[in-house]
Amino acid sequence: MIITQNLTKKYGSQIVLNIEHLEVPKGQSFGLVGNNGAGKTTFFSLLLDLIQPTTGHITNNDVQVNISEAWKPFTSSFIDETFLIGYLTPEEYFYFIGTLRGQNKADVDALLSNFEDFFHGEILGQKKYLRDLSKGNQKKAGIVGSFIGNPEVVILDEPFANLDPTTQIRLKSIIKDLADKQGVTVLVSSHDLIHVTEVCERIVVLNKGEVVRDIRTSAETLKELENFFGGRMAKEGEVV
Amino acid sequence: MFQHFIRLQWKSFFRSSSMGKGLGLKIIMGFLAIYMLGSLALSGGFLFVILQKAFPNLDPVLVVSKYLLYWILAELFLRYFMQKLPVLDIKPFLTLPVKKSSITHYILGRSGVSFYNFLILFFFGPFAIVLLAQGYPTVKVLGWLLSLLGIVLSINYINFIINKSDKAFMVVGTVLLLTYAMDYFGWFPVKEYAGKVFYALYQNPIFTLVPIALAGATYWINYNYLRNRIFLDASLKQKTKLAETTDLAWTKRFGDIAPFLQLDMKLIWRNKRTKMQLFISLAMIFYGLIFYTMEDFGPTSALFVLVGILMTGIFLSNFGQFIPAWDSEYYSMMMAQNIPLRRYLESKVGLISVSIVVMFLLSIPYVYFGWKALVINFACAVYNLGINIPVILYFGSFNKKRIDLTKSAVGNIQGTSAIQFMVMIPLMVVPCTLYFVIKTFVSFEVAIGILCVLGATGYAFRKTIMDWMTERYRKKKYGMIAGFKEKNS
Repeated sequence: MIITQNLTKKYGSQIVLNIEHLEVPKGQSFGLVGNNGAGKTTFFSLLLDLIQPTTGHITNNDVQVNISEAWKPFTSSFIDETFLIGYLTPEEYFYFIGTLRGQNKADVDALLSNFEDFFHGEILGQKKYLRDLSKGNQKKAGIVGSFIGNPEVVILDEPFANLDPTTQIRLKSIIKDLADKQGVTVLVSSHDLIHVTEVCERIVVLNKGEVVRDIRTSAETLKELENFFGGRMAKEGEVV
Repeated sequence: MFQHFIRLQWKSFFRSSSMGKGLGLKIIMGFLAIYMLGSLALSGGFLFVILQKAFPNLDPVLVVSKYLLYWILAELFLRYFMQKLPVLDIKPFLTLPVKKSSITHYILGRSGVSFYNFLILFFFGPFAIVLLAQGYPTVKVLGWLLSLLGIVLSINYINFIINKSDKAFMVVGTVLLLTYAMDYFGWFPVKEYAGKVFYALYQNPIFTLVPIALAGATYWINYNYLRNRIFLDASLKQKTKLAETTDLAWTKRFGDIAPFLQLDMKLIWRNKRTKMQLFISLAMIFYGLIFYTMEDFGPTSALFVLVGILMTGIFLSNFGQFIPAWDSEYYSMMMAQNIPLRRYLESKVGLISVSIVVMFLLSIPYVYFGWKALVINFACAVYNLGINIPVILYFGSFNKKRIDLTKSAVGNIQGTSAIQFMVMIPLMVVPCTLYFVIKTFVSFEVAIGILCVLGATGYAFRKTIMDWMTERYRKKKYGMIAGFKEKNS
C-alpha cells in the first residue's frame, strides 16, 4: 500500500530522515517508535505531502504523494491540534470532514454513534467550540474525525498521548478493529512502547532518521524494545 | 523582586513578535508611530493659539476644561475595546516563590505605566509648555498636568473594575450621548458645569490631590479584588462563549464550494478580527459621501474611481490580502484533507465575488449624485471582479505569516508584511491612473468602457487564471505550511 523509496530529508547539512526502502502492506497496523527527533513526525509529514522530500519519494496506493493529489480521498490523518478548526463545534467539524469525504449528515451521525463511549459525553452537544475544549478532548475529536469517510489509510501521530486510560484502551481496540476487520492500513507513532506493542502487528524503530529495527510483533517484542531503548540508547548517551 | 519583573517586561517587549517583524514593516510602523506622536505633540502645542483665536474672551485652559468630561467618557468607552488586564501573563509566577501581593502589584503597576496612559502627555505636555511660556503660573500648570495624569490613571483602573461588563459599557455610552445631547440641544449646560469643576483643578493646585487620590483608590479597589482571586479557576480563567450553531443550508445552491463558503462564513462571524473587518467593510459604503458631497471635483474625477474601487472592493482587500493566512491555524489539515486546492481557492473567489456584488448593490443610492456615479461604481465593481480578485489572490500566495484568530482586531497587525502595503498599488492606483489618462485624452465614456472591458476579460479568462493560480499555490504550499506553524512570526 505504502512504499517508501530512497527517502531523505535534510535541513541544511543535517539529515533528519533517511529511509532506503520501507513497505507497508494493505491492512497492516504499523507502529513507529523512536525518541524525540528520531523522524517520526517528519515521516508522517512527508507521507501527507506537508513537507518536500530532499530525495526519493513515497507512493501511497500507487500514487506518488508529492506529485499527485489523488491519495487524498482514501487517506485520512490526525497529526496534532493544528488539524482542528478551532472556531467550529465538534459536530460542525465532523460534518465538514464528512462533506469533504462525500458523507452526508446521517452517515456521519451513524459513525459518531459508535464512539459515544469514546467521547464520554464530553464532546457532542456541549455547545463549545473546539478551541475551548481541553487538550485531551480536542485529541479525541481529531482522532474520530480521521475515521470519517471509510479511509483506506489512517495516519495518527502520538494518538495515545494526553488521553485518559479508558479512552486509551478503547482506542486500542478501535485501531485493531480497523486493521483486522476492515482492512484499513493504520500507521501509528508513539512514545509508549506498551501501547504500540499491543496495537501494532509490526513495529519499526527509528533512530536519528534511520530504521534501526523492523519487528513483527510477538510476545517478546516489548522486552526487546525495552532492551533497545534502555540499554543501547542509554549507553549511547554515555558515550556522547 | 520588582527588578526581576521589570527585566522580564523589558525582555517581553524586545522579544515580542512585533519586534521580530521584517525590517520594511518595522520602518513603516516606526514612521506611523512617529507621525502619530508628532501630530499629537504639534496639535497640543498649537492648541493654545487655536483656542485663543476661536474663543478670544476665554482662558484656553477653561475651554479645555469644558471638554475634559467628553474626553474622559470617550476614553472610557474606547478603552472598553482596547484594554484588558493581562492576567494570564502571571500564570507562570503562581508556583514560584513570589508573594501574591507582589504579583498583584506587578500586574496593576504594569498596566499603570502602559503606553496608552502616556499618550496624553504627548498632547497636554506641549500644551503645558506653551502655557508656561505664556507666563502662566508654574505651580498651577504643573498641578493641572498632574491632575490630568491622575485622571488618566483613574480611567485606567476604573476600566478594569468595569472589566468588560456590557452593562457598564452601555451606561458609559448612554451618558456620553446624553450629556452631548443635553449640551447640543441646550437642555442643560453640562459643559459649563463640568468646565468649572475641571477648571478648579487648575485654579487651586490643592484640588490636584482629588484625582490622585481617586487613582490611588481605584488602584486599591483593583488590588483588593485581584489579590484574593489569583487562582486558576477565578480571575485567571478565560471566559468561553457558548457556541451557537447554524447550518447555513442556503449555501448549498453554490454546489461544490458550499462547504468552504460555510466554513469561511463561520470563520468571519466567530472570530473577533474577521468580524470587525466585516463591519468595517459595511461601514465603508459611506466613504463615498465624503467626496461626493464636495463640489470641487466635477462628476467624473478620477478620485471617484478610487472611491468606487474602495467601496466595492473593501472586503476584497481586507479579507483577500490575508488569503490563505486566515486558515493558517489549520492549514496543514486543509492540505492533507480531501480538498483539491483549486476548489479551496474557488470558494474564496466565490465569497469575495458575492461581497463585491453586495457592496455594489449597497452603493446604488449614490445615483442621487448623478447617473455617472452609478456608472463609475458599476465599472469599478466589474474591474474588481475581473482583475482585482486574481491580483489579490496572487499577492495572497506570498503569505507565510500566521494569523491567530482569537486575538482582537484593534491594532492587530499580525500576519502583516510589506506585501500588504504594496498590494494597494495594483489594486487602486492602476485603475485610477488608467481611468484618469483615458478620460483626459479621450473621454469619460471610453475610460469607463475600458475598465469594464478589462474586468470582463479577466472574468472570461478566469478558468485559465485559476489553473495558473492553483499551480502557484501548490508550489508555495510547503513554505506556507512551515510559515504558518511558526507561532511568533
